[in-house]
Amino acid sequence: MTESLLSVEGLEAWYDESHILHGMNFTVGKGEIVTLLGRNGAGKTTTMRSIMGLVRKRTGSVRFGAVETIGLSANQIARAGIAFCPEERGIFSSLTVKENLMLPPVVAEGGMSVERVYELFPILKARGASQGTKLSGGEQQMLAIARILRTGAHLLLLDEPTEGLAPVIVEQIGQIIEKLKEEGFTILLVEQNFRFAEAVGDRHHIVEHGQVIDSFERHEVEANREKITGYLGV
Amino acid sequence: MAFFDIPLPVFMGQLLIGLINGAFYAVLSLGLALIFGLLNIVNFAHGALYMVGAFVAFLLLDIAGIGYWPALLLAPVIVGLFGIVIERLLLRPLAELDHLYGLLLTFGLALLLEGAFRHFYGVSGERYAIPDALQGVFNLGFMFLPVYRAWVIVASLIVCIATWLLIEKTRLGATMRAAVENADLVRAFGVNVPLLVTVTYGFGVALAAFAGVLAAPIYSVNPLMGSNIIIVVFAIVVIGGLGSIKGAIVSGFLLGVCEGLTRVFWPEASNIVIFVVMAIVLIVRPAGLFGKAA
Ligand SMILES: Nc1ncnc2c1ncn2[C@@H]1O[C@H](COP(=O)(O)OP(=O)(O)O)[C@@H](O)[C@H]1O
Ligand SMILES: [Mg+2]
Repeated sequence: MTESLLSVEGLEAWYDESHILHGMNFTVGKGEIVTLLGRNGAGKTTTMRSIMGLVRKRTGSVRFGAVETIGLSANQIARAGIAFCPEERGIFSSLTVKENLMLPPVVAEGGMSVERVYELFPILKARGASQGTKLSGGEQQMLAIARILRTGAHLLLLDEPTEGLAPVIVEQIGQIIEKLKEEGFTILLVEQNFRFAEAVGDRHHIVEHGQVIDSFERHEVEANREKITGYLGV
Repeated sequence: MAFFDIPLPVFMGQLLIGLINGAFYAVLSLGLALIFGLLNIVNFAHGALYMVGAFVAFLLLDIAGIGYWPALLLAPVIVGLFGIVIERLLLRPLAELDHLYGLLLTFGLALLLEGAFRHFYGVSGERYAIPDALQGVFNLGFMFLPVYRAWVIVASLIVCIATWLLIEKTRLGATMRAAVENADLVRAFGVNVPLLVTVTYGFGVALAAFAGVLAAPIYSVNPLMGSNIIIVVFAIVVIGGLGSIKGAIVSGFLLGVCEGLTRVFWPEASNIVIFVVMAIVLIVRPAGLFGKAA
């Protein structure tokens, strides 16, 4: 494993009184694609929202590079260089496609230029003036990914980017994620679609009841396929 | 010339009064809409802050000899800063609770402000002179239009349009619209949304104060001026669609005119016509004329 960019240790989180995360432990190395897999309700989204600072009551440690972010607020964490693409995509209906794309402020140098973003996602240029939510589901997902590439954030949190999308769109998103890896982005990916996850992921963590209960390197997947599908209940 | 047996000057006169009232309605409901969008509270202190704006203009003149034109800028700035303090000190701690608490707090604040000014100034009101440059009347042929009243309409229109452009056409405006929809996600992009909320409250309140300064030379500066107008403005916000910027501006002017015309044709109904319209709109389009259905 390379030098770790994100390291989550003993992360616990609560929604009001319900205790959701019970000590999550995992790391994401620089330039890696690491996945969190697990059944519905396992706590994958909550993990991402906790890393992002959107779950208020959380304890443990989340280190991003040299920075401990557990005590920071969401906007400070984003400014540190972590970008979030939420499960429900979060395209704003009162904003045009272009406004959605330009919304996240630049937090560091070295983000993609708008031209490069349009090269990767030509549809966004063509539909720039449309209302954000008038795009198809697949296009909205593209937009949700595209808008966090401009910001200069190095770590991308992608929550189920393939959920509910047609196979050809899933394929396109897979290609884009590969390209992002080539360009040096580090990605933490939550997936229900294991075939997709194993195609792009370098390492996989199985989440159950708010904990990582097992982990597999890319080369270990083949030998453990039955075990993994058992965990995921597919 | 007559219109439905109504002499044209009377008709145009009421239309004009309607437009002027509409100008105040529009600026006030615009501020309410901005605040409602980002803070999710109906700012019951809005009328009182409009009154405070008028009083600040009056006091600037009375105490410091600062006249109308500087006051038009200074009073909104002072009241806006006051609003920022209110938001930080009083509203922010309530943000996590039910919105009812924020509403109650602003209601209490309105009572306090009104009570305080009543204590010192009574209810008879203080006169505030029309500035020299806006004295006089335009002769339109069929009627005389006081210059100051024309100015009120123009100034309100400018402020409304400028605010609308800010919200709809700028990056800051896009960020505000996004924060109205999903504040958490906007924070997760690195935007300091709490700061945006504070500034928005200050700006909404400054708009109320601006309307107050505009009103000072027309109505006397009176501790009760806010509570007289604010109930109508709440109705207008509901008609336009809670939180809708365009709705607030358009319905403000529209209902001012509607009220004026009712005064021509059926004077007894003019005080309630806006509430009747509100009831009809709520039945036919519960989200308001420009509101998005939930
Ligand atoms: N906003 C919330 N309030 C209360 N409980 C929640 C909330 N969001 C999720 N949960 C609960 O937390 C658990 C984990 O949910 P989540 O992290 O969304 O799972 P996953 O993304 O793995 O499907 C679930 O039991 C879910 O019901
Ligand atoms: Mg989820």
